[in-house]
Amino acid sequence: MSNPRTFQIQEISAHPGPVPGAGTRREDPVCKYIDVTTCIGCKACEVACVEWNDHPFRETTFNNTYQTMPTTEWNYYNLIKFVEDERDGNLMWLLRKDQCMHCEDPGCLRACPADGAIIKYENGIVDFQQENCIGCGYCISGCPFDIPKFNEKTNKVYKCTLCSDRVGQGLEPACIKACPTGCLKFGTKSDMVQIAGLRAKQLREESGFVNAGVYDPQSIGGTHVVYVLHDIKQPERYGLPANPIIPPSYTYWKWLAKPIGLWMGLLGILAVFFHRVAVGPRVPQPEDPPLVETQPDSVEAKRKEQP
Amino acid sequence: MSDVVERFDERARRAADRVGETVVHRGELLRHPVYTRVLHWSVAIFFVLSLLSGFAIYSPWLFRWLAPLFGGGPRTRALHPWFGLLFDLFFFFQFLNWFTPMTWTEADRRWVRRIKEYATSRRGVEPEEVGFFNGGQKIYFWLIAVSAILFLITGLLMWFDNLSGRWVVVVSYVIHDLAALVMLAGFIIHVYEGTSHQPGTFHSMIDGTVTDRWAWTHHPGWFRAVTGRDPRQAYERAKQRQVEREREGLNPPV
Repeated sequence: MSNPRTFQIQEISAHPGPVPGAGTRREDPVCKYIDVTTCIGCKACEVACVEWNDHPFRETTFNNTYQTMPTTEWNYYNLIKFVEDERDGNLMWLLRKDQCMHCEDPGCLRACPADGAIIKYENGIVDFQQENCIGCGYCISGCPFDIPKFNEKTNKVYKCTLCSDRVGQGLEPACIKACPTGCLKFGTKSDMVQIAGLRAKQLREESGFVNAGVYDPQSIGGTHVVYVLHDIKQPERYGLPANPIIPPSYTYWKWLAKPIGLWMGLLGILAVFFHRVAVGPRVPQPEDPPLVETQPDSVEAKRKEQP
Repeated sequence: MSDVVERFDERARRAADRVGETVVHRGELLRHPVYTRVLHWSVAIFFVLSLLSGFAIYSPWLFRWLAPLFGGGPRTRALHPWFGLLFDLFFFFQFLNWFTPMTWTEADRRWVRRIKEYATSRRGVEPEEVGFFNGGQKIYFWLIAVSAILFLITGLLMWFDNLSGRWVVVVSYVIHDLAALVMLAGFIIHVYEGTSHQPGTFHSMIDGTVTDRWAWTHHPGWFRAVTGRDPRQAYERAKQRQVEREREGLNPPV
């Protein structure tokens, strides 16, 4: 079923003025739930992602792990990270499905200088609009999760869309559809956070993972992808930043200092213009005598100066 | 500006002088030879192109206005680094060309202290210590030199962001912007001084010459160096001559 409200735009990158139609409808924010503790690393989600997005075959890279390639790529949005970790002297595989986190406060969108190249829907999905992308790559440096990837051929940046096209039709994302273990779920943010909390509680109380918890980093206002981790105290072990932040260059500098700089420039132009009007030019000395009659004009002399 | 010293850019200078021409009329002095003028305008063209294409990316409020000038956002992004590189290249040659006359001296420090008087007086003749360039021009020159290096370094880091990394880009971005704002401020003043505020100056960058009067008014030290005459005396004499001509009715009302 088509749901037009899903595509209600909430924010537009680098867009002067309000978002057209903002606040006319309300849409429940969506969320992807990923339970790393029940992921078996089958990579069905990787295949489903490539299939649904109609991406061409991409050569894989073998670097002595089961991981398909080192990082996500412009045509490989979804990658299971096979982290070989140690727990109680034994090998422990941390299988984390890596993709765009769809931040509530998206660093890529803050960084983007192109009008309309990155948008965030009311439901929380952050989507790139490649037709407006200028290929500067600022979004790459704005992202705390190293997700946007540059395509050298098209000079555009790509990333996971959370299958906004599928979600718009009332379907779950392709990766969720493909998952055989149920470690991936999709629904409203509040539902997913609640389920994740229950699962973390279960892990703490029944499976001996005393530090199990939900990864939903509040430093960027939460994310529309939440993880259940064995150890929430050390998200770095999974390759996740404990406190992801947006660089101040794309917040304070871009939206505060830059406009001030522009206004100063405008004031500078006005300043020299009015300097010319009020003070006048520095003419080579001695100046030429006036070409016109220098005798006082009898009519003009009687006229009182008026503003 | 000695011709004796064989310089790195000597061949280019000779070639420019051979192709181009500077006509010096009576009562005029050669200020900027062909090579200098060609360099100046090459730097200026690529500065303006860099500025406009850069400010499209700089600000969301300017994006819609400036990006179309270069064929849309992607092309603006693609062209900007090349504009910048060419600006840096031409400025490098201008830097070599002007390095000697731009050397900072004690007189320039005094010039900076007199800046308020300079900005508000309309009929001043500069003191004789002001040579080929005054303190303000030298400040602008060295600002460009520093900015050009900053632009180059930070620009390359942002251009090849896959080699430099996230936080390098983030810091470079701010430095690049700051340099641009400083340059914009300097550029506004430079254009104003070179055109409307000081009549005769623009001519020196187009045709290469200035009048005697312009020289002893704005750069008396340089006037003495090239003519061997005392600028103050020359100025007083010109004034005297004007008074006499007026008395004799040689400046008749039209």
